Amino acid sequence: MDVLVPLPVAIPLLSAAALTAFGFWCGRRLDDLVAIVATAATLAVSLLLVFRSSDHELVYWFGGWRPRNGFALGISFVVDPGTAAIATLVATLGLAALIFSWRYFDEVGTLFPVLMLVFVGAMCGFALAGDLFNLFVWFELMSVVAYALTGYGVQHAGPLEGAVNFAVTNSVGSFCILFGIGFLYARTGALNLDQIGAALAGRRADGLVIVAFTLLVGGFMTKAGAVPFHFWLSDAYAVAPVPVCILLAGVMSDLGLHAIGRIYWTVFSDTLSAGDIRPVVVGFGLVTAIVGGLMCFLQRDLKRMLAFATISNIGAVLVGIGLLTRSGLAGSIVFLNTNGLLRSAAFVAIGILVRRFKSGDELDLRGQGRRAPIAGVVFAAAGLALALLPPFGPFLANALVVDSADTLGYGWVPPLLALAAVLSAGTILRAAARIFGGLGEAKDPLFSHEPEESQAEPADSRRVSQLLLWIPAAALAVVGLGLAFIPELAGHALRDAGRLLDRSAHAREVLHGVAPPATPTPSYSPSATAYAYGAASTLGALAFAGFGLYRRRLPIVLRRAAARVADRPVAGLKALHSGVVGDYVAWLTAGVALLGGLVAVMVR
Amino acid sequence: MSYLPFVLAAWIFLVGIFGIVRSRHFIHLVVSLSLTQSSTYVLLLSIGYVKHGGAPIFKDVPLGTKAVDPVVQALTLTDIVVSVTVAALLLAVAIEAKKHAKTMNPDELRPVRG
Repeated sequence: MDVLVPLPVAIPLLSAAALTAFGFWCGRRLDDLVAIVATAATLAVSLLLVFRSSDHELVYWFGGWRPRNGFALGISFVVDPGTAAIATLVATLGLAALIFSWRYFDEVGTLFPVLMLVFVGAMCGFALAGDLFNLFVWFELMSVVAYALTGYGVQHAGPLEGAVNFAVTNSVGSFCILFGIGFLYARTGALNLDQIGAALAGRRADGLVIVAFTLLVGGFMTKAGAVPFHFWLSDAYAVAPVPVCILLAGVMSDLGLHAIGRIYWTVFSDTLSAGDIRPVVVGFGLVTAIVGGLMCFLQRDLKRMLAFATISNIGAVLVGIGLLTRSGLAGSIVFLNTNGLLRSAAFVAIGILVRRFKSGDELDLRGQGRRAPIAGVVFAAAGLALALLPPFGPFLANALVVDSADTLGYGWVPPLLALAAVLSAGTILRAAARIFGGLGEAKDPLFSHEPEESQAEPADSRRVSQLLLWIPAAALAVVGLGLAFIPELAGHALRDAGRLLDRSAHAREVLHGVAPPATPTPSYSPSATAYAYGAASTLGALAFAGFGLYRRRLPIVLRRAAARVADRPVAGLKALHSGVVGDYVAWLTAGVALLGGLVAVMVR
Repeated sequence: MSYLPFVLAAWIFLVGIFGIVRSRHFIHLVVSLSLTQSSTYVLLLSIGYVKHGGAPIFKDVPLGTKAVDPVVQALTLTDIVVSVTVAALLLAVAIEAKKHAKTMNPDELRPVRG
């Protein structure tokens, strides 16, 4: 057993406990420093685990309670390069967020770094947990901390409302997960993922298994923010402080999806056939990607805009996972890491704007961004890469998904994914051009109104050193863009995905300690079709940005016709995002019912 | 094993959801959420129920004595802790809302719309 495995959880949690106990006696800077050092150590350990697990899974049984005869009584962490990469992503974003908050907040209590550390530790634990009980515990821990962090600026109405919507919706989602866990335990008497999978393998999927699958996937989709479970997400991310948004939008949403992929392959893959589940999950993913993109276009508040861009990206990742192939899963792993870094970089850029100009509104900031060129470069670079510009990470991930979709005869999926990228990335580019280039018009009635009250952001005019604000932005963008240049990144992702796909080999490795023979890393180069999609969506995003900027210069006839077609659906779509938590929970219930109905119809 | 506990769990869950959907008051909202969560306790405990089983304490009892399943009881305890945490957090938010926004209706917090 590798002693490093529990450290990504232990380091942040222990430092958080120490800070809670002694932090009040130290100065703010010392608290921040402890948190930063702890997160950096977590980052180093997680990165080391990526390399250590490259040949075989690292399975760590707490207290030495190893399974006997395939029966696991103890609890485990299962580390493969994919999960370790997510832990690394969590720590990277946590580090960036803590460095950014050094100068971003003028005043912040000891509890802020404590909560951030617990958040980092809980997310690492969620990524590594190997059984449903712990998955649930870490899920709850990260959720509760996230609610508290979202509502950190309690003196304003916006954060309160966002935190309430977030907490209530996600709690209901977690009850669904708990119901699903209960059903699976009732059927199999096991909580370890691989052991449940072994107990279910080869049996026909009956009603109980379908319900358990539905509740688990529905619950995790709530966390991820897939349509129609997504309503809380835009409310919460729009009001949370920027350093918190870095972690929320960068990785927390994706963790829900990661859990779906992992649970399907280890638990359900020999019971619910991929052919039955695929159309349902891909359908949810595509709707999420498109709706997220459309709503993104309608925003003028930058944080809310990026929240919807997050939803759109989540949809794309969900499609990758939902294809239920090695290539699709590999694509989703690459997507999740690179998109997370790039979105976080964009959030930091927004944070710089908010800190400097006291506004996070696209129209108010028009042209002002010229005085913050680094933020502009970061923002535009993130937008271009998210538009699937070759050869960066999102393009590479999309190439893997395109390959998989074409082989399966899902040829209609890639054009829709490209469309979603055009909508969301085009909007980010539009905002970049308007803010940092001063292009476009100063008013646009189509966009949603900004909430009136000022947000819970620092508001003083004291000039502070900008260096610590720029470093995280630039670093996240560079790492996010640079990931694509790791040699054989796609090949490694494919190999990693292949290991998860072989359920019985995975179970043998976890439960019986029999390591499968090492497989060579496949080599991968994107196909010509993928380059075509990448080029088309990049050009499309630029064109769409231009449309967003100069929409009102189009001929009047064209605009009237567009208004006749689009006005009502647009108004309807906006009205759905009502900000009322009761509506959101009703949608959640309907979404779970729809998901369950579709799965039941497909299986029967 | 009777189906009744499972029907009961589903019923409590749905009643709780109905309460959340219809809620116009913070305290009502928090209570509805806790109610929904208590359906999970009923479900978990009924899963672990063993007829004529005692409490799962294995001190000074002969090997093989019937006992209810301790795993689901541990899950339930975890769940209760979570429930209390979330309720406390939401009630704290309610106090802040009352202080600053002068309202106990979550819909009146000038929500972000559109």
